[in-house]
Amino acid sequence: MKYMLILTSNPTDEPTPGSKAFGPYMQEWFAYSAALNEAGAMVTGEALQGTETATTVQMRNGERIVTDGPFIESKEVIGGFYVIDVANLDEALGWAAKVPNATFGTVEVRPVIQFDD
Amino acid sequence: MQQQAGIAEIFRTEWFGLVATLVRDIGDLGLTEDSAQDAFIEATVNWPTHGSPDRPGAWLLTTARRKAIDRVRRNARFAQRLPQLLEAVTVNGPETDAAPTGPLDEQLALLVGCCHPALAPESQVALTLRSVAGLSTAQIARAFLVSEATMTRRLTRAKTKIREARIPFVLPDLDALSDRLPAVCNVISSIFTEGHTSTDASSLIRGDLCDEAIWLAEVLTTLVPDDPEVAGLHALFLLTDARRATRVDDDGIPVLLADQDRARWDQRTIACGLSEITRAHALRRAGPFQLQAAIAALHATAPSFDQTDWRSVLRLYDVMLGWQPTAVLALNRAIAVRHVDGPIAALRAVDAIPEADDLRGDLDQYPYFHATRGELLAELHQSADSAAAFDRAIAVCSNTAERAHLERRRRAVGG
Repeated sequence: MKYMLILTSNPTDEPTPGSKAFGPYMQEWFAYSAALNEAGAMVTGEALQGTETATTVQMRNGERIVTDGPFIESKEVIGGFYVIDVANLDEALGWAAKVPNATFGTVEVRPVIQFDD
Repeated sequence: MQQQAGIAEIFRTEWFGLVATLVRDIGDLGLTEDSAQDAFIEATVNWPTHGSPDRPGAWLLTTARRKAIDRVRRNARFAQRLPQLLEAVTVNGPETDAAPTGPLDEQLALLVGCCHPALAPESQVALTLRSVAGLSTAQIARAFLVSEATMTRRLTRAKTKIREARIPFVLPDLDALSDRLPAVCNVISSIFTEGHTSTDASSLIRGDLCDEAIWLAEVLTTLVPDDPEVAGLHALFLLTDARRATRVDDDGIPVLLADQDRARWDQRTIACGLSEITRAHALRRAGPFQLQAAIAALHATAPSFDQTDWRSVLRLYDVMLGWQPTAVLALNRAIAVRHVDGPIAALRAVDAIPEADDLRGDLDQYPYFHATRGELLAELHQSADSAAAFDRAIAVCSNTAERAHLERRRRAVGG
């Protein structure tokens, strides 16, 4: 069963590159991804550039509307995601609790729809 | 007729175990409940003509499994999962009685699954009453004063989430189980509280819900015999429920603890409650339910209201506030202060609650807060302030029986 872990946090709570806390913080992410791989639970995962780089696109009446900025303006933004493959929600919640920024951000756990098999 | 009574009795004793075993095999709670229901319907038709089977539980399980297979074949939603389901049902099927887990483990897995934190609290309560206690959707809707359509939607939404997000109905390991038990206790406790003091009904007590909650707590003590908080929960219910007959008068109006006829308290239930709290204490890990039970025990064993060991009651509230700093607890503590240090100290304690930043909860919408102030002010001969406090209590009270009591008190203080 696949779940997406959608990682949201306030970027100002995150250690910034160059700060003393940044190195150890990145190590936590590497260790977390490695643990997912080792457990055979990793499907994929990516970290995203900040919302200042986001562009939104909508098609309305055949017309393409392109706008600068994220879908929703808020302090908490989606910073990345994992897709994991585990047996059930309890296991997914267990991995979600170990996401390094879960201590100050929020992890939304969403089951992925399985269309066939 | 006797046959019908027999089936009702068997429903009571077999439903939980039947659902627990089926959900282990099938994995789908909605399908499980429907199939269990089918099996009981077939029993009401079949048993009166063919006689009851020797082992009704086994008969029901076999029938429910057959019904599950029928339903799977008929329902397109299950079509792609048919092979797995058939395998699940036949592997653990009617012929083999060897279960991978014991029946008690299955039942605990079902109860813990119904109280999964990924489900909304009101859904946890509804699912527990449906899947574990076997109440119908209509009965649960009536108990919580919502329409049957609303309750059906609530249960359907919960079962959909269980299926789509794959909430497991498996027994967590010991560590995880101890994390999950408080949620189970809270669900059962909220069922008892709703029965004990209904929020919106015209009557103060709905015994049916109290009975369900006591039954659930008793079941939980069988499933988890060595958890002190589970024992404390059971003790709390028994010690509180022993006073049920004296909590309202013949007109259904609440009778305060001070005025209740202690001779009519159920001594056998009190004795059971005391033995549960003793058992909990022997397990040597204190907790909020045990403390509440200890307070209930002090009340249940006091020869009179005035001879209650208020100092111990006060001490227990102090400990409890350390764990759960809530405004409601602080209010109850203030009532104990009244009996230890007098009304002036108690009023000071009550009035300090809304200002305290460290207490959770807003008491302004809580009728007991204003009623307690009203009683203390009346005792201090401040009639006008007392009357105003009772007016506020009446304004925010949604329970008809309680409001009648408050209005009676309001007339008595004049002002």
